[in-house]
Formats: sequence, C-alpha cells, structure tokens
Amino acid sequence: MALLFFAGLAFAQAIDPLPFKNHAEEVRFQNLTRELRCLVCQNENLADSNADLARDLRHEVFNLMQQGKSDDEIKQYLVDRYSDFVLYDPPVKGGTLLLWFGPLVILLAGAAVVVVTVRRRVRAAPVATVDDKPAEEGDDW
Amino acid sequence: MSRLIPFFGFLLLVVLFGFGIWWNTQHDQREVPSPLINKPAPAFVLPKLDDPAQTVSRDNLLGKPYLINVFASWCIACGEEHPVLMAQGKSIGVPVIGYNYKDDEGDAKGWLAKHGNPYDMVIVDREGRTAIDFGVYGAPESFLVDGKGIIRYKRIGPLTPDVIEKELKPAIAALAKEQP
Repeated sequence: MALLFFAGLAFAQAIDPLPFKNHAEEVRFQNLTRELRCLVCQNENLADSNADLARDLRHEVFNLMQQGKSDDEIKQYLVDRYSDFVLYDPPVKGGTLLLWFGPLVILLAGAAVVVVTVRRRVRAAPVATVDDKPAEEGDDW
Repeated sequence: MSRLIPFFGFLLLVVLFGFGIWWNTQHDQREVPSPLINKPAPAFVLPKLDDPAQTVSRDNLLGKPYLINVFASWCIACGEEHPVLMAQGKSIGVPVIGYNYKDDEGDAKGWLAKHGNPYDMVIVDREGRTAIDFGVYGAPESFLVDGKGIIRYKRIGPLTPDVIEKELKPAIAALAKEQP
C-alpha cells in the first residue's frame, strides 16, 4: 500500500519536478495548470500532459508565478499568445455565446414542445374519454 | 399536420448533421486561431544557425515583408513541406526565414544539407522560448510579417502548393498593394 502511494508520487514528480517554495504554491500551480489546455494534445490540460510544449508552458506558468503574477495575469499571458482556446473555461463573449447558452436554448425549445404537446392532449382528453379506445388516440405521436 | 412534425424534426436533424460534416471538411478543428494576426510580431533576438555568434532581431528585419517558416528535423510534416519550399520558396516574392524550432544544431544542419536549404536565412530557437511568444504549438507553422513588423497571415501545418496559391500569394499581393 505504501509502495503504491509512493509510486503515485514518483510518477507525478517524474513528469516535471519544479522547485516549489511550499505546498500552497504547488496547489496553486496545479489548479492553474488544470484550467489550461494543452495545445498539442487538446483533450488534456497542461497539468496532465506529457507533451513537450505542455512542459514548456508549465515552466512558463511557474516562472510567471515566481515573478508575482496573478492567476488572471498568467491566463491573459497565454490567451495573448494562444487565444481563448487555452482556457478550459472560456469567457462569455460574441464568439462563445452559442457555446455558453446553446444547451439552454435547446432545453427551452424542448420544454416548449412538451408544453404544447401537453396542452393539446389536455384539450383532446374529453374527446378521448368518450371514445372506446382512448389509449390509441393518445399514441398519436 | 401534426403527423408531419416528426418528419420535419428528422429533416432538421439531417440538415444539421449535413452542415456539421460540411463544416468539418472545411475547417481543421485542431487549429488554434492565432490572436497575433494584425498585431506586431513579438520582439525576438535569435542566433543564426550557420553562425551562432550573429543574432537576428525583429527590428533588424523591419522594412521589408518576410515569411517565417517554423521547422525542425524531428518534424514529420516538415518533411512533406520541404520539397514545396524548395520548389516555390524563391518565387513567392518575399524572403523565407527558417525558424529552427527545438532542434539539435547538428540535426538541423544535417537535415538542410541532405534535403537542400530553401531559406534565405535560418534562425535558431533551441529552447522554444521565443516560439511561445509567437504562439507556436507545433511545426510546421508559417508567419507572414509585413515591413512594419506586423503579422498578417499565419499558416498552421505544411505549406502546400494549394495553400501557397490560394492563401499565401494573395496575402503577399495585398501587402505589395499597400506599400507605396
């Protein structure tokens, strides 16, 4: 068990040993790199990626942290070079409106269809109860 | 009428999927748009491959448009691009500057000796530090920089005869028109 634990630690360190001053700094670095996309592999974040460029960018993030830059400044630094694409949490603006609100629009459209259908069935219901086979009427679509 | 609704729903889906397929054949989903287009090229000072004591900076290159072509001996797609540059590099109308990216000096020299050197000049970025400023995330990539040092066009992936004809040459022609 202990061996497994150390194996995990060793793996994380083997990817990229960086000289963190303390644990808090390391946690901040981990959180930050998890919000940034690896441009080469694209489905991975910077923290997990083994790509060469991801390693370079991790070092860059680390250096910027050492220079006292805030998280937002570091993100902006990368956005200036690689566009919003590097952010896993893209900002709300013209080009990303559909990304942000598309699912909501689809949900509302679905809800509208349900409401219309239910209303129609309610209106049709008195007729259906008079009928001998109400189930078939209800199965219209 | 209401019986036709599922049919129209189906039709809508067909159109939507069709659009998706069309869109994906027209666009490379992996391509990261460069925010640097129409912005000044980042300042850089990089040594020359054939004479590392000499450096080239962005400001040295001001005055005339040029094409920066990011390449490396380890890059497979650069091998596809290389013959195209050999054939057309001299005729596109601007100097082509090779940007040797994260390469070993010996490998880079060997590669150019073996396949030919299509470049007017080759600069070296071994650590890839300047490449981050350029937003490079792979090789090959090419940047068209105008005489004022502004990036006007970027190609991600190899330059092909098609890309040169349909994208690069019109971009260069547009630059020529601007300059009095």
